[in-house]
Amino acid sequence: MSTDERTSFRLPVRNDADLMTVRQRVRGLSQEQGFGLVQQTKLVTAASELARNTLIHGGGGSVTVELSTDGDGRTGITLVFSDEGPGIPDIALALRDGYSTAGGLGMGLSGSKRLVDDFEVETTPGEGTAVTATLWSGPPLNGRR
Amino acid sequence: MTDDSPTGNAPRTVARVLRDRSEQIAQRWADLPLFQAVFTVTRDEAVEACHSVLESLAQVAETGRVDDIEAPGFGTIRQQLAAMSASRSRSGLSVGQIDREVGALGAAPVEILEREAEDADGRDVLLARLLWTELLSTFRVVVIETTLQENREIVDRQRQQLMEMGTPVIKLWDRLVAVPLIGMLDSARSQVVMENLLEAIVEHNANMAILDITGVPTVDSLVAQHLMKTVASARLMGADCVISGIRPAIAQTIVQLGLDLGPVTTRATLADALELALERQNTNVQGLPPRA
Repeated sequence: MSTDERTSFRLPVRNDADLMTVRQRVRGLSQEQGFGLVQQTKLVTAASELARNTLIHGGGGSVTVELSTDGDGRTGITLVFSDEGPGIPDIALALRDGYSTAGGLGMGLSGSKRLVDDFEVETTPGEGTAVTATLWSGPPLNGRR
Repeated sequence: MTDDSPTGNAPRTVARVLRDRSEQIAQRWADLPLFQAVFTVTRDEAVEACHSVLESLAQVAETGRVDDIEAPGFGTIRQQLAAMSASRSRSGLSVGQIDREVGALGAAPVEILEREAEDADGRDVLLARLLWTELLSTFRVVVIETTLQENREIVDRQRQQLMEMGTPVIKLWDRLVAVPLIGMLDSARSQVVMENLLEAIVEHNANMAILDITGVPTVDSLVAQHLMKTVASARLMGADCVISGIRPAIAQTIVQLGLDLGPVTTRATLADALELALERQNTNVQGLPPRA
């Protein structure tokens, strides 16, 4: 898997207007990379959820968007949302459907995980959280997953 | 103001130059882009505008409040400044570029003050120059403030218009209303949608409402939560809601996200929702062929 430096970019996640920019840029990139409409919608929706988490729970942060390719010739878009907020004390609990500390539906984190192919949460209480989500342009050819 | 004050005769000197040499300065200012590009119909119009700016600056100089952006002298030209800066903004200039154009007004009065240096007390002229520089700086701030205020008003107006425009409630049939939603449904907009819908339900005595989300690009958990709150409130008012315009990609995403729209009736298109609503009302539309 190699990363194409030219197509990676970083966007701030500081307010509601930034959320709109994140959605638009992610949608634009997935269109450019030839993602199908369903894949586009899934990625943009996951980006919207994760960006809102960064804003509401992390107190704001940023997202790095990167393109990569794998051995099967598929293109992947990786989103890394990072913040320097309070961190997540119990990841298993945070990933449970319907668990929310902000009065939402509690589907943001767990739902995003289902929308993408690869999903990882790194968090240190008191230091911040980084959520990495990757969606590939097509189904895996080697029968993975 | 006496000669003992730290600025001496400077306020009077500056005010006198701005008034006595008003025509001379105005003729030079009228050729600068700040005036020339704004008053394009006739040159006289630009000269006229220069005169009113000069008179306002002379008034401020006279009162000695050259560092005060709230000085009454500026009040008379605020509207004119707003129109000028709006015109320059429309030409694509940034606030910084407009500010530079305002700064260019400084040269003409300075040259006149220096020419007068030969037949006046040197210290007096120096003080007058300092005073003019300070007055111009304050004037620049006044222009920037006016420009920003103008921009803020435009943004506020547009935000207001967008909210109103984006959320019309349409009466589709007797006791049936519909809301075609367009754009992202954030918290502020969904509040407006809900208010408009509930009012329309009362006004039209509606027992059914269709929320069409064809124009909503992304349905995430927050949008879904807003939709369900709207549906629940409509139901409390005695109107059943149908959500229509759920595209295939959105449907798959909603399911994978794990959102449960179970309690809400949904349809793929607005036409389907209308058909359902008419069926429920037992309305038979005469003369229309049955839908394929």
